[in-house]
Amino acid sequence: MAKINYVTHDNQIYSVDVQNGLTVMEGAVQNDVPGIDADCGGGMACATCHVYISDDWFDKLPSKDDGEEDMLDMAFEPKKNSRLSCQITISDELDGLIVNIPSKQS
Amino acid sequence: MNKTDALIIGAGPTGLFTAHQLKLIGLDCEIVDNLDKIGGQCIELYPDKPIYDIPAVPECTGEELTNNLINQIKPFNIKTHLSERVDEVKKEGDNWFVKTNHGKIFLTPNVIIAGGVGSFEPRKFPVKECEKFENKSIYYSVKDKTVFEGKTVSIFGGGDSALDWAVELSKKSHVNLIHRREDFRGAQATVDKVHELAKSGKINLYTKYQLTNVVGENNLESIEIKHDSKEIKTIKTDFVLGFFGLIMQLGPIAEWGLNIDKKTVAVDTEKFETNQKGIYAVGDICSYPGKLKLILSGFHEGALAARACFKLARPNEKYRFEFTTSSKTIKDRLGVKSD
Repeated sequence: MAKINYVTHDNQIYSVDVQNGLTVMEGAVQNDVPGIDADCGGGMACATCHVYISDDWFDKLPSKDDGEEDMLDMAFEPKKNSRLSCQITISDELDGLIVNIPSKQS
Repeated sequence: MNKTDALIIGAGPTGLFTAHQLKLIGLDCEIVDNLDKIGGQCIELYPDKPIYDIPAVPECTGEELTNNLINQIKPFNIKTHLSERVDEVKKEGDNWFVKTNHGKIFLTPNVIIAGGVGSFEPRKFPVKECEKFENKSIYYSVKDKTVFEGKTVSIFGGGDSALDWAVELSKKSHVNLIHRREDFRGAQATVDKVHELAKSGKINLYTKYQLTNVVGENNLESIEIKHDSKEIKTIKTDFVLGFFGLIMQLGPIAEWGLNIDKKTVAVDTEKFETNQKGIYAVGDICSYPGKLKLILSGFHEGALAARACFKLARPNEKYRFEFTTSSKTIKDRLGVKSD
């Protein structure tokens, strides 16, 4: 279990306990956190679960798989600290993770 | 005007198998899809990705699955209307009046929505000012390449579409290719070609840049692009092309009076009918307690929705369940020999 802090573009903070094994995307969708669409359902095929990771957390996350960077090309306003939240699996180590949700997914 | 027993919206795996089930029980149907090809997400998003959970098919790609489904409905000669998005669905007597964005009209007692997550539309630039120039000097697809001859064209994107057009247009236009990182994800041969053209000065390559602004009164004059290092460049350009793939949008479905929550349509699990009589939803777009977004669930849902269509399409007949292994009628419909 890890507490994940989802910050929307207008600075609303949703702090949610998410069980290990779920993804950051699923944690948002299951807890009605707005702004993460996840149209393809976690298949790394749509780039609509795009989030920005705060600097101090970015390097602590498991690194990107092949294909994630390709999908990020299609995301809305991708930045250096962009990730697809469906590719980040929750573990105890991620307790306190802060993810920033972009203003739009498409 | 096209009259049919059932109109299927969406030519993905669920739509295709639903068509199969309708024809098998003796109903007509036609299929409409906004994409220019059959297959839905399987073809558009993951044609090469292997799928491992289709019953009795240990492994197949999205493209193979689509081709097999197309083969399976081949005997029925089903009319498929591609590059048509259904915009309007309204009641007309006992039928539904259905109209597409290009003005095709259907009259049918049954509408089956097999729309996945909605229709595919091009992803656009995040910069708001781009809307002003859309379809005048900013495009997300190329319909007529001759308009670019002798002009400066700035192409954004790192996939095959962006690279292919950069190579093609560099023959008769001044091409800038702008991408947010140094790696391109297109075919290696095209990536090599682009680098070669960049070396010989035929393409101006800007990597680690993204669009931040577009400038112009009536016509587009220039664009501003920003490097990862925050440096901003202004480039004079006549046209901008953006190739960021496609995004799924629920679109007009939201306006048909259906119960929609979280981009899905509520249905019952007997007929997969929505709150509107004669409108069904199957596959990823439908929701009910226990719904799994699997292709196999879509097949099941389509089979049941097809039976429900029978009642409205043939009010004076009784539907009789038959097996494909033994029914002579079904074998005739399939065009195979009976024993």
